[in-house]
Amino acid sequence: MTADGLFFYFVAFMTMGGIYAILCLALNMQWGFGGLFNAGIAGFYAVGAYTGAILTSARSASHVGGFDLPIVVGLIVAGILSGLVGWAIARICVRLKADYLAMASIGIAEIIRLIVVNEEWLTNGSLGIAGIPRPLEKLFNGREAELVFVVFVWILVAVTYLVAQRLRVSPWGRVMRAIRDNDVAAASIGKDIQRFQTETFIVGAVFMGIAGALSAHYFKFFSPDATEPLLVTFLTWVMLIAGGSGNNRGAIAGALIIWAIWSLTEMLTNQLPTEWATRSAYIRMLLIGLFLQFVLQRFRSGLVPEKPPELRPR
Amino acid sequence: MMEFINFYLIPGITLGSIYALGAVGVSMIFGILRFAHFAHGDLMTTGAYIALMLVWVLGVSPLVAMPIAMAGTAIVALLLDRLFYRPLRELPTIYTVIASFGVALILRSLIQVLWGTEAHVYSPGFQKPLIFFDSLRIASRHIQIISTTLAIAVALHFFLKHSRLGRSMRAVSDDPELARIAGIRTERVIAFTWITGACLAAMAGIFVGLDTDVHTNLGWNMLLPMFAAALLGGIGKPMGAIAGGLIIGIAEELVSYPVLGVSLLSPSYKSAVAFIIMLVLLIFRPQGLFKGRLLQ
Amino acid sequence: MNTPVLVIENLTAGYGTTAIVHDVNVTLQEREIAVIVGPNGAGKSTLLKAVFGLNNCFSGDILYRGSSILKTGTANLVPMGISAVPQSGNVFPSLSVTENLEIGTYARAPKNKAHTMARILSLFPDLKDKLKQDAGELSGGQRQMLAIARALMSEPQLLLLDEPTAGLSPAFLEIIFDLILEIRSTGLSILMVEQNARQALRIADTGYVLVNGENAYTGSGTELLANDEVRRSFLGGQARLKSKQSDSDSP
Ligand SMILES: Nc1ncnc2c1ncn2[C@@H]1O[C@H](COP(=O)(O)OP(=O)(O)OP(=O)(O)O)[C@@H](O)[C@H]1O
Ligand SMILES: [Mg+2]
Repeated sequence: MTADGLFFYFVAFMTMGGIYAILCLALNMQWGFGGLFNAGIAGFYAVGAYTGAILTSARSASHVGGFDLPIVVGLIVAGILSGLVGWAIARICVRLKADYLAMASIGIAEIIRLIVVNEEWLTNGSLGIAGIPRPLEKLFNGREAELVFVVFVWILVAVTYLVAQRLRVSPWGRVMRAIRDNDVAAASIGKDIQRFQTETFIVGAVFMGIAGALSAHYFKFFSPDATEPLLVTFLTWVMLIAGGSGNNRGAIAGALIIWAIWSLTEMLTNQLPTEWATRSAYIRMLLIGLFLQFVLQRFRSGLVPEKPPELRPR
Repeated sequence: MMEFINFYLIPGITLGSIYALGAVGVSMIFGILRFAHFAHGDLMTTGAYIALMLVWVLGVSPLVAMPIAMAGTAIVALLLDRLFYRPLRELPTIYTVIASFGVALILRSLIQVLWGTEAHVYSPGFQKPLIFFDSLRIASRHIQIISTTLAIAVALHFFLKHSRLGRSMRAVSDDPELARIAGIRTERVIAFTWITGACLAAMAGIFVGLDTDVHTNLGWNMLLPMFAAALLGGIGKPMGAIAGGLIIGIAEELVSYPVLGVSLLSPSYKSAVAFIIMLVLLIFRPQGLFKGRLLQ
Repeated sequence: MNTPVLVIENLTAGYGTTAIVHDVNVTLQEREIAVIVGPNGAGKSTLLKAVFGLNNCFSGDILYRGSSILKTGTANLVPMGISAVPQSGNVFPSLSVTENLEIGTYARAPKNKAHTMARILSLFPDLKDKLKQDAGELSGGQRQMLAIARALMSEPQLLLLDEPTAGLSPAFLEIIFDLILEIRSTGLSILMVEQNARQALRIADTGYVLVNGENAYTGSGTELLANDEVRRSFLGGQARLKSKQSDSDSP
């Protein structure tokens, strides 16, 4: 590969890495600060992606719209719709043990997938939506456009980071991080905590929607395949746990490192003969699954640890 | 009327039986180990594939392979607990939920590596349904599935009510600390919970394979209805989970039955039924239909 | 003197890394009743839980008939003849009364289960006609009785009781204290924590006043009842007892 090729491989890497960083920061708001387990990230991501795609693409016969609206409008509405879904589910579940929310969030993702696949008038079903624009597309083309897009993504990463940082240093954030590690105490503090948890869940959902919309713009084409729970939900969780839940810088670092491992191993296995290449895709997932277990057991506080005092059991 | 029974009710009871078998494990694990086991569907898949391998290698029928597949799945479950869940036992249980989410992926990708991703059937060919009273048509596999589930339900009832281990399980589910104080060996109870849950999951997985086909997402796709069934029946109430599974299975088939020419939901939205039932429960009756508990 | 049934020796224990009780000493002789009293939050339950291996011990020792049980593990204590009734949540609510009692025999089976069951039910006649009911449907007093009955089903030699009279009416209170004396007369040694300090110290062979996690006063039950300071600080404001005791105790 030439130096030029390498550079643009890096740009592509940073673009997806940035989108994952937003997802990871958003998940950190929900889990790291709110202690809420969201197993349906792919659902929020899909809501955002389809909203952005439908609102900003040019008129099409195969699905509703497109409405040819500015990308910023698309991003905002994507965030709002995704946030609304988050609001509904949080309202129902925050008063219950985190496991109940986990179950319900799996359901949300499933329902959204069903709608996306079945309502062809809305989303063009499994064929997907094509012709989704990128920002400033008319002014730049080719490789310059790639550079513009990566800058755009990282501006949004910065925005997400600032919001997440505000949540973290708020007095609420501090209490919540203490509570995440001790469910029982949370129950006794009650209603106010539930309000904060609902808020973190909604804000997290908003940014997951925005990340979805961003990826739709990046791919220029979006179909249900791109909402594969494994690639969205699972990878984001691994990123956050590895990076250090509760810590925003850790979340970004985790996203980039895991995405690097994921992309590099893909590059390696693509060199293999075809039959082995497909099989090795599963081996990579297997390894990521094992890696998560390793981090959970040995390295729970992540790259940027917030170390609690050691227990001294009898 | 016969069309309703033959094409909606009986498939509904069959599907419900499968959910029921899976939901028993989900409910027991939630009750005793206090976490939502996200890898339970993939335990079903594991059982189905172990049976598939036996069918291929030994040429036996899947029903003959079932006991071995159940034993194999139980061993897998015990190993998973030892390797991935037990090390997290002292932490808030949500960490175990995350771990089980990862275990779901591990099991599935392991199966994909070992067996590939195509769908398989246990025995090719069309089975003629049995016909009763001229118009009641039941496929023999449906009879097998429904009657086995019924037998399991009865056995489970007596086991939980009258055996020492069954009562200990209910006690740990009620209050794990008090159970330890009363001298119950909770680790033994936990091991037995895994064995029961895994055996029933394997059974359910094999039944899915008998009814349709064996594929790597078989169990994961059933996770949502199984969670809904366990919630419906009340957490920690295995008998409730059986009822919940049947209700959800039947409801999923019936929503697409046309009444006066219109059906409630298009068949492609069948799996939304479980989610809607789950949401309604979480809003109005999170402790379930029966005298279940709400875990804190 | 014989080896005491239970010795708590300079024990420091608590939850996580926080010590709640410090350097506490308690000795319980064969067939005696030792009572621990003290204000709310003094660490009484913490001390009892430490004996039962339910929290962390940082230093000191706990000896049962001369050998340390610090590392024994909760589930192994019942087979050794130690039974405990915790302060709250002490029955299995979804199990029937009979099943609760049965559970009591699993870790240490009495020689003749039917005989033991009959003997214990004769101590708690209220439970007799509730045998099929779920324990969750019992009244507070009945639950307390069931909890003690369950602990006795394993024919223990040492019984640990955490506030067996909590929330009970004065009439019930008498019944429970009488029961405790009766249980002791069958050969058990009893260590109990009580809020109704005055009555508890009356039946106590030894009493311990625990304040802020430390031994404040130790003596025989009668000594403590007679001690002015103890009376002023710990036996004074017990509204529940005032009506019954005010004539004899007021100066
Ligand atoms: N599980 C726990 N984790 C952490 N701290 C605890 C726990 N249980 C009790 N504590 C703390 O230990 C201290 C002593 O509690 P403990 O229950 O031993 O008091 P007590 O003397 O039994 O009071 P009471 O008369 O109200 O029952 C309290 O400050 C309490 O907050
Ligand atoms: Mg107490």
